[in-house]
Amino acid sequence: MKPFKLATALVASVTLPAAAFATELDVTHWWTSGGEAAAVAEMATAFDASGNKWVDAAIAGGGSTARPIIVSRILGGDPMGAFQFNHGRQAEELIEAGLLRDITAVAEAEGWKDLINPPSLLDACTLDGKIYCAPVNIHSWQWLWLSNAAFEKAGVPVPANWEDYVASAPKLREAGILPLALGGQAWQSAGLFNVLMATIAGPDVLAKIYGEGDAELAAGEDMARVFVAAASARDMSRGSNIQDWNLATNMVITGQAGGQIMGDWAQGEFAVANLVAGEDYTCLPGLGVRSVISTGGDAFYFPVIDDPAITAAQDVLAATLLKPETQVAFNLKKGSLPVRGDVNLEAANDCMKKGLEILAAGDTMPDVNMLNTEDTNNQLNDLFVQFFQDGSITPEAAQASFVRIVETKD
Amino acid sequence: MALRRPNPLFRNLAAKAAAVPMILATLVVFLGGTIWTVVHSFTNSRLLPRFNWVGFDQYDRLWESTRWIVSIQNLMIYGSLSLVFSVGIGLLLAILMDQKIRYEDTFRTIMLYPFALSFIVTGLVWQWILNPDFGIQSIVRGLGWESFTFNPLHDPQLVLYGLLIAGLWQGTGFVMCLMLAGLRGIDEDIWKASRVDGIPAWKTYLLIVLPMMRPVFITTLVIVAAGIIKLYDLVVAQTSGGPGNASQVPAMYVYDYMFQAQNLGQGFAASTMMLLSVLIVLIPWAYLEFGGRKHG
Repeated sequence: MKPFKLATALVASVTLPAAAFATELDVTHWWTSGGEAAAVAEMATAFDASGNKWVDAAIAGGGSTARPIIVSRILGGDPMGAFQFNHGRQAEELIEAGLLRDITAVAEAEGWKDLINPPSLLDACTLDGKIYCAPVNIHSWQWLWLSNAAFEKAGVPVPANWEDYVASAPKLREAGILPLALGGQAWQSAGLFNVLMATIAGPDVLAKIYGEGDAELAAGEDMARVFVAAASARDMSRGSNIQDWNLATNMVITGQAGGQIMGDWAQGEFAVANLVAGEDYTCLPGLGVRSVISTGGDAFYFPVIDDPAITAAQDVLAATLLKPETQVAFNLKKGSLPVRGDVNLEAANDCMKKGLEILAAGDTMPDVNMLNTEDTNNQLNDLFVQFFQDGSITPEAAQASFVRIVETKD
Repeated sequence: MALRRPNPLFRNLAAKAAAVPMILATLVVFLGGTIWTVVHSFTNSRLLPRFNWVGFDQYDRLWESTRWIVSIQNLMIYGSLSLVFSVGIGLLLAILMDQKIRYEDTFRTIMLYPFALSFIVTGLVWQWILNPDFGIQSIVRGLGWESFTFNPLHDPQLVLYGLLIAGLWQGTGFVMCLMLAGLRGIDEDIWKASRVDGIPAWKTYLLIVLPMMRPVFITTLVIVAAGIIKLYDLVVAQTSGGPGNASQVPAMYVYDYMFQAQNLGQGFAASTMMLLSVLIVLIPWAYLEFGGRKHG
């Protein structure tokens, strides 16, 4: 036995000469754009400082490309050390199948329960009282980004809320400016609708419909108003011949379009273009109608791997991700809000500060991803991309289809 | 000692042994996989396959989905146009090539070249060519015709034709080569005989040569039709199913529901319907093609 042990030690010293005790952990995520990659590098640095090794396994092409790859790697018996998902119901079945690690011990040791704000973030990681993921940031959808230059050109003041914005649309058209930029991808149409629903009908209505499948409410008066608003958004967006969200943001940056409804990740694009919030562009959280932001975001999950060294490294990573220093460094680069209420974001810009204020005031709502399964989201995508691209569908007809989806959702 | 007749089962043993892996692959992978998929299409499997019987629920939902119905319609329109035009244009090009022209090799290479590109590249290239701000429309407008409008990819009514242009550009050269091979396979004596009889060339093609090329036509038809039913990458690259759902195809529905929506049951139901539609076309054809000959 002894010579064998010696041999293994020798082999180990040959293959791992640099760090004798470093455990390599491959981490899969889909953060590949400039700002995102810079943000992830902050996490990797923090993790490497703990004596382990972050092996980056990024997948380009966004969540819809990365998720199937991640799932098939786990199902295929070759799980990565850790992976990023949007927390909510995306990983539900993997947890139920026992493929993901319960990290409640880490959460308790680090006191996440008291630190994480809003608490709904941790709830989204919890199943049957056990914690399965480490939330790392908050992203909210409910933002209207407006180009100050475009409104100046059209000779109307920059609107302060959704109604003013709709009213100024004809003036923008006259000036040859597209009032609302909207990319052709399905998730953008559904996202826009969900924002209108959260702001015009209110977060409670959204939570009732998506959370409890309240079909009566979905068929009701409040939602009818949302569908009418969606129809005017459709008119305003006619003529955006683009697919990707960042191209739509770019139209706002260059003043070709008046505005865009998009999550706070759009902020990164404005920052890269060196625009100043408040001067070159205006951001209206909650469309200026209702100050509310959703608390979706990203979280890391840890697959079950039968190797104590990796398990230990996973625990270290989970703890590292929520340390105050990591949170600040990561979120400043990412443009998202930190998950802990006790860190100081001095360097945040105007828009981020607005978001932090709303967060501090507690005006938050659950993210749609936490309420809906991917299946329901996909059905909503199908419905709204059709609605926003085909002007012949009436709001009433779309609402009827919407009610059918709500009725059968789980 | 009388010679025993060899058991026919053990004749050509080496050949049979060599065929075993292929037979196993067919039985297990193709047939087994198909049966597994069809059975699971009657369950409510989500992210993971589960055996929880729900009857025809997935099919009910499938046929209530506007997107699925639009996909089927698109495939039918695209499929029939693509079949007619790629075979028609391919044949025409082959006949032109067959006129003993100079530099035939060069022309053939040019025509076949697009086939060397994947559908992804084809889709991206044509996405840019048809883009109103950079492609044909902007070039023609740049030449002075300001009101010229050609924007098929953003018009739900025209988007299928935008796909069709790209598909034909990519695939016609291949059909041409198949047809040309068929034309070259016709005995030179047939031509001589028809010339002696004073039959015009077009009539010779139509009434003598083309009927003789039946096997080539069938091969072409099967290859082109299979390509149409599995149409996926071209659409993903060129339009990603848009604008709206106007250029969705069934294969995209299957992929989206199986992997993005984490609803395997729904994806399986859709792929079973695709299989069924292939069988509806294939079985009568196979019966006519192979069944008839045995008795004939």
